[in-house]
Amino acid sequence: MPRYSFQLNGEKVTVDVERGVRLLWVLRDVLGVTGPKYGCGINVCKACTSHLNGKAFNPCAVPVEKIRPSDKVTTIEGLADTVPGDDLHPMQEAWLEHDVAQCGYCQPGQIMTAVALVKRVQREGRAITDADLDAIRNVCRCGTYTRIREAVRTGERLMRR
Amino acid sequence: MPIPLDPALPAPAPTRRTFLGYVIGGAGLLVAADLGLGGSPASAAVVLPSVPQIPEAYDLNDFLTQCALPTSNLVAVRIDREGDAHFALPRMEVGQGITTSTAMILAEELDLPLDRVHVTLAPARPELLFNQLTGGSNTTISTYTPIRVAAAVARQSLLEAAAILLGAQVTGLTTKGGTILDSLGSSVTYGQAAQKVDTSRTREVKVTLDESRERTVVGTPQRRIDALDAVTGRKTFAMDLKVRNALPTMVCRAPALNGKPVKVRNAAKVRKMPGVTHVGVVPTGVAVRARTFGQCIDAVRALDVQWSEGTVPGKKADDVARELKAAELPLAVPALGATTVEGSFTFHFRSGSALEPNCAVADVRQGSARIWSGLKSPIDAQSKIAKLLGLPQSKVEVNVVTGGGSFGRKLFSDGAIEAAQISKAFGVPVKLMWHRADEPRQGRVHPMATSRIRATVVGDTVATFEQRHTSVSCDFTHGLGERITAEVASLPSGLGNLGFSETVFLLTQELPYNFGVVTQLLNESNYDQSRFNTSSVRNIYSPDVRVANELVVDQLAARFRTDPVEFRRTFTKSGVVRRVLDRAAELGEWGRTLPKGVAQGIAIHKEYKGATAVVVELDCRPATVNRKVRDAVTGPRVLRATVVVDCGLAINPLGIEAQMMGGFSDGMSQVLTYSNHLVDGHFLEASWDNSAYTRQWNTPLEFRCEVMESESTEPGGIGEAGVAASAAAVACAYARATGTMPTEFPVNFRQPLHFTPKSFVPPVPASPTNGLTFVS
Repeated sequence: MPRYSFQLNGEKVTVDVERGVRLLWVLRDVLGVTGPKYGCGINVCKACTSHLNGKAFNPCAVPVEKIRPSDKVTTIEGLADTVPGDDLHPMQEAWLEHDVAQCGYCQPGQIMTAVALVKRVQREGRAITDADLDAIRNVCRCGTYTRIREAVRTGERLMRR
Repeated sequence: MPIPLDPALPAPAPTRRTFLGYVIGGAGLLVAADLGLGGSPASAAVVLPSVPQIPEAYDLNDFLTQCALPTSNLVAVRIDREGDAHFALPRMEVGQGITTSTAMILAEELDLPLDRVHVTLAPARPELLFNQLTGGSNTTISTYTPIRVAAAVARQSLLEAAAILLGAQVTGLTTKGGTILDSLGSSVTYGQAAQKVDTSRTREVKVTLDESRERTVVGTPQRRIDALDAVTGRKTFAMDLKVRNALPTMVCRAPALNGKPVKVRNAAKVRKMPGVTHVGVVPTGVAVRARTFGQCIDAVRALDVQWSEGTVPGKKADDVARELKAAELPLAVPALGATTVEGSFTFHFRSGSALEPNCAVADVRQGSARIWSGLKSPIDAQSKIAKLLGLPQSKVEVNVVTGGGSFGRKLFSDGAIEAAQISKAFGVPVKLMWHRADEPRQGRVHPMATSRIRATVVGDTVATFEQRHTSVSCDFTHGLGERITAEVASLPSGLGNLGFSETVFLLTQELPYNFGVVTQLLNESNYDQSRFNTSSVRNIYSPDVRVANELVVDQLAARFRTDPVEFRRTFTKSGVVRRVLDRAAELGEWGRTLPKGVAQGIAIHKEYKGATAVVVELDCRPATVNRKVRDAVTGPRVLRATVVVDCGLAINPLGIEAQMMGGFSDGMSQVLTYSNHLVDGHFLEASWDNSAYTRQWNTPLEFRCEVMESESTEPGGIGEAGVAASAAAVACAYARATGTMPTEFPVNFRQPLHFTPKSFVPPVPASPTNGLTFVS
């Protein structure tokens, strides 16, 4: 069976798994990392959103062989470790401040999307707009979309510090 | 016109009530109260100043609470050696916030910090009979008193033990955040006292609930107790459980709705596919078990199966609409030309699916079984699975796992039952997951319905208001059915002979207006539950019924040349409704000037022992309606939404606001964009890119919710309370913004499909491989 290695939440991991298995299932079913959730399997609900080298991506749509040994995969479990100190990531703090979660199922993906969005607009040297928030594709079937918008803006402010 | 008193306003509650609870003999401090102590049904002693509709005096929540009354059963609170409290709630958390609100009730009564109260979900407890069903927004209504009594017993026992430890009188002791103090300043902790409580035998303890005591937790905004787990990815759902050897399992389903497998032509070949361990026929399809879900998907797509034709072969939505028309009950009052205001409305099927698909872990062995799943009717699941496996109910352990949403969906245990069948067939543990495509296509839907209304205006009053709601049969066989069967004799007179659906309809529907002779009747187009897979999706009949009502109410207001708010204020028969209406109109700045094409809509709703009023501003200008977001259904946009709710005693205002926000997202989407298209015997929608549920690009730019201070001392229900008035307000705004009364919902139903339907054979789409091109 083929063997694949990559950096997962700051540590090198190696898995024996058949070629073609999407990374979401490598994370969840083989490695037992269950923060990224299944909601569609076709990259439309965004519940599995994680980071590849600091940018948002959806592991349900990436075969494991496309991940290189040097690639850094970050799931919600590793997000807090991407910032200095022992505390949560500022976006997670913002999420707590606004009590965003209802059932919580989509929330790992929402937070990972939000962090990548803030980093992207910061790279572009601008602030988040309503149009940026409108373009977030993550489904929240509980419908807590307004609190998500508020938390992203709070998280943006906290990430500037 | 005389405005009668509000018949549903409860009589003032006594400030002190005495209850019996128990200290349970054995190791450690365990106290209990009877779960049947729920609020007494208002079946008698209610003054009825005018001809009332049934829900004014006795509603579904009274019924659900009454069902629990004869059930002798206990809920127990344990105090551990550190003085922390533990409680296993016999209800299911699906996001509605009941673990948090229950912890708040316990913290209040125990005088413990909230983070020292630990609430988990109880497994199926068959001795609770009908009292372990999560539905009808009834959890807090039915458990508020028993949980408080149990906590009061614990606190009383701790005080008695502390009195001995401190050499003081109980009456001279006070509690503060988990510590007991005497008048000299000496103290013991709850943990110390708990170890000294006499638990040598089970004994009764008399406690008093003092309503006049100032509350410090209940009524304050509190964040969810599981929020940290949710934002760190630690919150565990059924599919996250690590049960030994429970490998991923999926089911290949028929192209036709409810089609069944006849023959598998290539099982041996599929069994040899990478990672696959088992392939086998089950009643609902062909099950595959593999090392990863990805390999299950590949196997499902590779299966070559002969299927039966399904339960609605060749049918489309218009065929069902014709059936509904034929089943509509006649109106009593004839149409009288200019004095009649009429409306006829159609509400299409919509998926009741949560984001977490149906899923369950099952480990069926010789002579026993263990199940883990998000279940709102776990006793019903346990009994059905036991019967299916030929096991005594006591040999089936059913564990309730927090759900990733429900919206009525998890009242049914479809995933758990299917997983048990597969585990038995394969002889190994399984972790079953439905593919997303299975959910809208084969999962449970809100039944399609029509609503016909005729109102008659005589002089300066509305003399009659008739509504004939006609629905595809709604499945209530999840245990609520058993409750209705069991309780039917105790229903108010005249209800005993009704079917389940009519009973629920009559116990929930109330037109909160003085419109003379009011009749609201339900009929169902068929009485089989096997054609469509339905369930009482969040707030079952009310959103559709209220959309129809409020659109006609706006027509009546126009006929009277009266402002919609003023008209509702004049005709409402409920003081609670009038308060939320006035406040919503004020907060929502009703009547302010808006550009052409943008309009306000207002609607009210009364249910769950409370009332809601919603004001929206809907932008129907072409530039907005036609705005482009990639692969998105845009359309009219709510610029501003204002929700005001009186839900009785508000346990957690922050949680209530969350439920109103979610209820608004639901109500808005079912009016504007969210439906299932039935074409040629199956539903076309197969994923979130097809089902246009509310997304960020549809979300109101401003949302405001106010939880009003209530005159009621008992909590009402909140999980579903926000949907109906939200849907109706959006519909009314749409009518006012476009100058046309919408008659079919969602309003975009007849527009060309915004998607190309995914394949039915294979029944699930291929997993994409291009994810790296979208990295951002």
